[in-house]
Amino acid sequence: MNVKQQDKLATGVLYTIASLIILVLASLLAFILIQGLPRVTWHFLTTPARSFEAGGGIGIQLFNSFYLLVLAMLISVPLSLGAGIYLSEYAKKNWLTSLIRTSIEILSSLPSVVVGLFGFLIFVIQFKFGFSILSGALVLTVFNLPLLTRNVEESLASISSMQREAGLALGLSRWETVTRIIVPEALPGITTGMILGAGRVFGEAAALIYTAGQSAPALDFTNWNPFYIASPLNPLRPAETLAVHIWKINSEGIMPDAVAVSAGASAVLIIAVLLFNLSARWFGQHLYQKMTSSGKKGA
Amino acid sequence: MDPIRESLLKVSHQAKLERRGRLLGLFCISLIVLVVAAIFYFVASHGLATFYHDKINLWDFLTKQAWNPGTKDSHGVPAVGALPMIVGSFLVTIFAALVATPFAIGAAIFMTEISPRRGMQILKPVTELLVGIPSVVYGFIGLTVVVPVIRQLFGGTGFGILAGTFVLFVMILPTVTSMSVDALQAVPRYYREASLALGATRWQTIYKVVLRSATPGLLTAIVFGMARAFGEALAVQMVIGNAALMPHNLVSPASTLTSILTMGIGNTIMGSLENNALWSLALILLLMSLVFNLLIRLIGRKGAMKS
Amino acid sequence: MGGLAVKKRILLIVTLLLSLITLTACQSSADRGESITIVGSSALQPLVEAAGEQYGSEHLGKFINVQGGGSGTGLSQIQEGAVAIGNSDVYAEEKRGIKADQLVDHRVAVVGITPVINKKVGVTDLSFAQLKAIFTGQVTNWREVGGHNLPIILVNRAQGSGTRVTFEKWVLRGAQAKQAQEQESTGMVRQIVATTPGAISYMAFSYVDKTVATINVAGVAPTEHNVTTNRWQIWSYEHMYTNGQPKGLTKDFIKYMYSDTIQEKMLPQLGYIPVGRMQIERNLNGQVTVPK
Repeated sequence: MNVKQQDKLATGVLYTIASLIILVLASLLAFILIQGLPRVTWHFLTTPARSFEAGGGIGIQLFNSFYLLVLAMLISVPLSLGAGIYLSEYAKKNWLTSLIRTSIEILSSLPSVVVGLFGFLIFVIQFKFGFSILSGALVLTVFNLPLLTRNVEESLASISSMQREAGLALGLSRWETVTRIIVPEALPGITTGMILGAGRVFGEAAALIYTAGQSAPALDFTNWNPFYIASPLNPLRPAETLAVHIWKINSEGIMPDAVAVSAGASAVLIIAVLLFNLSARWFGQHLYQKMTSSGKKGA
Repeated sequence: MDPIRESLLKVSHQAKLERRGRLLGLFCISLIVLVVAAIFYFVASHGLATFYHDKINLWDFLTKQAWNPGTKDSHGVPAVGALPMIVGSFLVTIFAALVATPFAIGAAIFMTEISPRRGMQILKPVTELLVGIPSVVYGFIGLTVVVPVIRQLFGGTGFGILAGTFVLFVMILPTVTSMSVDALQAVPRYYREASLALGATRWQTIYKVVLRSATPGLLTAIVFGMARAFGEALAVQMVIGNAALMPHNLVSPASTLTSILTMGIGNTIMGSLENNALWSLALILLLMSLVFNLLIRLIGRKGAMKS
Repeated sequence: MGGLAVKKRILLIVTLLLSLITLTACQSSADRGESITIVGSSALQPLVEAAGEQYGSEHLGKFINVQGGGSGTGLSQIQEGAVAIGNSDVYAEEKRGIKADQLVDHRVAVVGITPVINKKVGVTDLSFAQLKAIFTGQVTNWREVGGHNLPIILVNRAQGSGTRVTFEKWVLRGAQAKQAQEQESTGMVRQIVATTPGAISYMAFSYVDKTVATINVAGVAPTEHNVTTNRWQIWSYEHMYTNGQPKGLTKDFIKYMYSDTIQEKMLPQLGYIPVGRMQIERNLNGQVTVPK
């Protein structure tokens, strides 16, 4: 076999692998969607869940998932940006930095159950936040920070040092160079990381079971005062998310239509992640154009 | 004072900003380090209690095969032998990585070298989407599809290492793939150009140049995937069968550290031996993720020296 | 500069939210309604959850938050005083590490537990001895107890789970169960028993559906009536523990759990047996007494 044939063969094998993966992934998605979509109606998306009768929806769980996601990202994005910038631009190359990096990465491969229990004992019990969105958001932050930090650091490190030199040569401080030049330039990479992180947060169940709780009390969608306990915005109310709901009805659900509800909820979860991905991608692109004047309508 | 002297001696706005920014970054990083330290302390203090407080022999813990912390064996020592779980965890992790590696690297080569446009437009979004699927859903599919198929093919219950491997393979595939893509993309363009200019075919270029120079990155991706697989709990727990027995073959019920930990933690009382033994399992998980990270480190350093 | 404006806006939102969180944390409890948290047994969770929802809709501004987590979590947390009520399937005295004398027991329901088997096993009745032999691993094929030629596949609940403790207490009576598959939840157990030929496990009456088969034990059928007379011995009380005598909302809610709307209407609907229907009483040590 000569090299030309080898090349053809290898290309063929690679095409097969790629299509095989797409096949596996596509059938996975199709399985979830085909099982779940018939169940998904407007009614299903807006009504509260029922604990032991058929016909329950996932309205509150859906809202909780999004609210928790927003809160968790609000806490973890600035923190990870700060930490990532420090690691990539300021930290000296010594054993201490190396230790910090290692410890952050260990955090990222911890089983979420352990993080969840840690959060339970610290946030729920010690800080007396109770089973609440706030506890859940903090745990998700712990869970997500390493990944985001790592991502920010890598995105920043991939920007060529010429950009930094140019910034410094213009008389900007290092901080200004980073925030005005490097971060905007690295934004697409950072956003992708954030999207992946958000997806993980959205689908996380194990860490939330003991922190945000497994109950979704009725919400009063007419009262948006965050201090009222049934208000959707109250961060101190317990909040079962969609992923936790799926886990719960698979394990202890006694409603007659548990299988259908779980399939429907899974389908909704995946569609939500999809929509979220697409919009975040668009948003990242938009922001990139606006901040770096690389697009047609630069600032 | 004359204005030039003043402006030279005064701390400039830039310098203040710089200091503030640096402090901000330092604050964030210390917060993270604090959290890591807290978790470490927390897990270690509970996990080590098994050995200090309940006087379990560490060697017995690691090598005995009977796991039944509520009961005592013939010598009056509680039966806490974690070997079946340790073996189970390692087996599913290694097998999942073995299966996932060719697929992930193949897909990554496809995306970066063969058909970047199609790859980036179809394959990449799909893999990113998969990261968002909760492990519960993976577990559920494993339970309703994978386990029955294995039962049909190999007999037995269908629960076991094989089912766990398959579910983990699908779960870590996106992570390993997207990290492999990064590794391949980091190979400078002129390497490829030089190779092609020398008359090499595309496959020769990929095999002899691109893959070789991306090896540290690819290894990191695989180890990272293994770390993921090692720590995954819910999905594995649903398909592995959770029997604290040494796995005899790939289709007999087995268990992993995470599956036993997740199952038992709600049914035990804080501070009791049963609970402490579970935390010792968590401690092993923590130490293993330390090992995985050191491994990634080591690979990274080797790679850095070469280039 | 566009970037700066965006950054300022983000900063503003973050500050607003952070202050909102702090404010919420500091406010007095009067204007946010009243709430208690109940944690524990996943077997009791659906009932308390449903009762809590109903209580909330009847009493505006009062909220009952019900979480699962297992009997161990329930007892640990009530002992720590971290929650208002801890649910448990077992007596607090039965769990090592719990100081039961500080806790007040409220037995709100009874749950019957039955062995369940895969439908293709071909067995309808087993003696206690046979059942014990199966779960200790002495019998490994259904043929030996009158069924088809199928290997027996044991499916256990997690160690320490209330259902398992109760089942082993009344069936194994101190013998060591064979190490086998374990599952965390009843839902999983049911699915596995339904789809695996030769599988046997156990679950509360309320979870039994047409996908699995129940068996009679020593000629007694697993029915509610047989539980109330103790002819069916594998059952347990569902406990709601409080740390000291309950006060305020906790007291009101526990009283509500004993009301007719819950005991007579909701419990049977969900498959639990009302305590009031029991013709006998059974204490911690398993001694049965007939109340006057």
